Amino acid sequence: MKRIETDVIIIGGGATGCGTLRDLALRGIKAVLIEKNDIASGTTGRNHGLLHSGARYAVNDLESAMECIAENRILKKIARHCIEDTGGLFVTLPEDDPGYHQKLVEHCRYARIDCEEISIGKALRIEPNLNPAALSALRVPDGTIDPFRLVSSNVLDAQERGARIFTHTFVTAVIQEGSRVTGVRCHDTGTREDFEVYGQVVINASGVWGQRICALAGVELKMFPSKGAMVIIDYRINNVVVNRCRVPSDGDIIVPGDTVSLIGTTSKKIDYSQIEELSIDDSEIEVLLADGEKLIPNISRTRVLRAYSGVRPLIAVSGDVDGREISRGIVLIDHAARDGVEGFITIAGGKLMTYRLMAQMTTDLACKKLDSSRKCSTHREPLPGSELKSMPGKHIKFFSGIPQSVVGSTLYRHGERVRQILSLSKRNYALICECEMVCEGEVEYAIRHLNVKDLVDLRRRTRIGMGPCQGELCSYRAAGLFARLNVATSAESNGMLVDFLEERWKGMKPILWGDGLREAEFTHWIYQGLFGLGDVNLPGEEESL
Amino acid sequence: MIDLENISFDHCIKCTVCTIYCPVARVTHHFPGPKQSGPDTERLRIKNPELLDDSLRYCTNCKRCEIACPSNVKIADIIQSSKWKYFKKKFRIRDYFLSHTDLMGSVAVNYATLVNFFTGLPPVKFLLDAVFLIPSKRTFPKYARGTFRKWFRKYAQKKQAAFGTRVTYFHGCFVNYNDHSLGKDLVTVLNAMNIGVDITRERCCGVPLIANGYIGKARKNARYNIASLQKAVVDPGSRIVTTSSSCAFALKYEYANLLEMDNSSIFNQLNYITRFIYDQFQAGNAPPMKPVTIRAAYHSPCHLERMGGVIHTIDVLRRVPGLELQILHSECCGIAGTYGFKKEYYDVSQKVGGALFKRIERVRPDFVITDCETCKWQIEMSTPYKVLHPVNILARAFER
Repeated sequence: MKRIETDVIIIGGGATGCGTLRDLALRGIKAVLIEKNDIASGTTGRNHGLLHSGARYAVNDLESAMECIAENRILKKIARHCIEDTGGLFVTLPEDDPGYHQKLVEHCRYARIDCEEISIGKALRIEPNLNPAALSALRVPDGTIDPFRLVSSNVLDAQERGARIFTHTFVTAVIQEGSRVTGVRCHDTGTREDFEVYGQVVINASGVWGQRICALAGVELKMFPSKGAMVIIDYRINNVVVNRCRVPSDGDIIVPGDTVSLIGTTSKKIDYSQIEELSIDDSEIEVLLADGEKLIPNISRTRVLRAYSGVRPLIAVSGDVDGREISRGIVLIDHAARDGVEGFITIAGGKLMTYRLMAQMTTDLACKKLDSSRKCSTHREPLPGSELKSMPGKHIKFFSGIPQSVVGSTLYRHGERVRQILSLSKRNYALICECEMVCEGEVEYAIRHLNVKDLVDLRRRTRIGMGPCQGELCSYRAAGLFARLNVATSAESNGMLVDFLEERWKGMKPILWGDGLREAEFTHWIYQGLFGLGDVNLPGEEESL
Repeated sequence: MIDLENISFDHCIKCTVCTIYCPVARVTHHFPGPKQSGPDTERLRIKNPELLDDSLRYCTNCKRCEIACPSNVKIADIIQSSKWKYFKKKFRIRDYFLSHTDLMGSVAVNYATLVNFFTGLPPVKFLLDAVFLIPSKRTFPKYARGTFRKWFRKYAQKKQAAFGTRVTYFHGCFVNYNDHSLGKDLVTVLNAMNIGVDITRERCCGVPLIANGYIGKARKNARYNIASLQKAVVDPGSRIVTTSSSCAFALKYEYANLLEMDNSSIFNQLNYITRFIYDQFQAGNAPPMKPVTIRAAYHSPCHLERMGGVIHTIDVLRRVPGLELQILHSECCGIAGTYGFKKEYYDVSQKVGGALFKRIERVRPDFVITDCETCKWQIEMSTPYKVLHPVNILARAFER
């Protein structure tokens, strides 16, 4: 069996795991990351992409709020191309408790979150689609963050500094020598090979799946999964984050995310056995749309693209109620101290916003175990692509000849790296995804440099298939590119295409009405009727006559 | 800021049929087609107006995409409004002169002979090409001497009082400054049908202004025209007719959809002329016609297609005895108003029209018939045939 030696092994390719990988790489420590699916495919990529100002937590959880605002300021510097500094509003609607507004102002002040009381007129100027019946409005430094880009940039930087990553690879066993964890045994689902990785420290950063990893190491850890559902609106209906000024509840936020807007979220306790197969109930969608409409009335006239849900990785520390009252604070466990298992660390809880802080805390602990005195620099070092303040005009001029919408969109997604992606050859900027302006050059770059193994991975790196057509026009083109770039056989490309369409379909099913339904019907007609995808040979299938 | 009044892009299901029917996308790769320029990139422009593509300028606003769209997306409207909402306003003297047709016309008619002589001179054309980027290959429409209004007041107005039924005629700039004969023929035709003609105060309908981004001026003209015309049609039975399909299209649809003006007070009473005549014929007001023994090819203009008015023209023409009518396959002629007068688009314009010109030559007609004045210029310049208006034909049929 293949054997890899390293210093630190990280299990889990979410924001925390990948952030830790980068932190270690920046400190010159060798590290390997194992992810069972794709980076940011779990909870990290299944939230509403809000760059919290902390105001949302200010009343209930001051500690989280202060962590948020501190990280908010750091991320705005180091992750420019993953972030939009849109600003956010907290609006009180007529049916809400007007007292919460004042409470929020006071708590924000205490947490040092810039919070400005503004008139409704001004709020409507900032966000013209806001419900004009709102009673009061607060302005906070909320923003948006793209988790896929954030995680991918962390990995890119780590890899360029020598770290290694294995995606689509399961941890099948935790190797122990006495009371010491010394490595992990893995199974690569792509190559179907087993291999072992040895290191001095194993970090369990697998979020809600951490319970299983702990069980493999013979340690008990009880996770408390809480499901949150969101719906995506066809286009960017609001340009600033709109929060409902009330005690946190379902459907109280609308976040503009790149070209779309998201209504979030619900909160529902689920059984641990359900975390792999999340479903969305009609009731959740009804609540989200009804409450979303209260904040932005025009939502009722807009197409819903899809619905999805994620699992909050909360650790049950005390008597839990419904998942919302529990602190979303960071839980860092040194299993040597807690369970007598050396060389094993679990990092859990927290949130996307605090991924960097969590990575820093974890890496500090790992360094202690490795006797390294290197200091963290992730709060200073910009992520690849975020080195300079984005200046679209400069790049559009540089790439004159390529449509502005393509240059602008690529720049938005990859920051300064756009220079390594686009070129003036016609093939390079031929469009693959017409909704999100993803060109062939970007697809090739992602496949070559961003750990893309299939179409679903490609979507997370480029937004392919995330627009209104949900993969209708781009997926077959992109699948063809995998074959042309010699990273997959044509049968494998077909397999990817089927998987991708199934994955898109899953998110459309709960919202199939109106234009979304028409679009889905048309997609079905193309792939089933025109291409006969149901009859195409997939890898491993017998040649049919 | 998101203007939610026009969110029709939200209904696009990316079937791309609009791009198949786009005459510009067919001839140049510089224009990615209406789907991408309209609904696709509108989402991006809502996110960030900087993502505006220069290629939008290639759209001729022919509206064939909207006819093709099965989802009722106002594709051309989205593109036009993006053009004037997001492009930086740059003053171009050429565009100013091309679009301000009534200003140009009212001056030129006084010196028509001189103007026509000079605009036909090769050195002048060369100069216009070099300095103003007006292609030297383009033939200029001739100006008439004096205005149609003047002629009407002097020779026709008095007789109209004799008719019990009268309609208001929106003559448009072309009849007023370039070709009085069409207006005169209209008076002949309607009088023959025992209907009198009135004119009222009017300004350019706004089509060239919209195309060149003078939206403020277009709105001003629209407001003026709506106010003037609604005075003429206080009685619900009264009617307004135009002999220009593009004027009719602008007054009815561009005002409401693109300029967001309330034209409901004139909407139902205003029609393109053949629709009005068709209704009269249907109602039994069909005086006997003399045979007009010519062989003609009929070209349907884009904006008349968009209004669904082609059937009326064809039906009316088919009633003319002796007229041998060949209906050409519906294609854009390429001129698109002022588009073909711009050097940067001249080649595209001629390529777009190429298919139509070939079809015309294959028919070898005596005349070409079309409803639109700019189509007429384009076809007369690009083929050896003279182009007539359906009203010209009817006037011959009704001649006493």
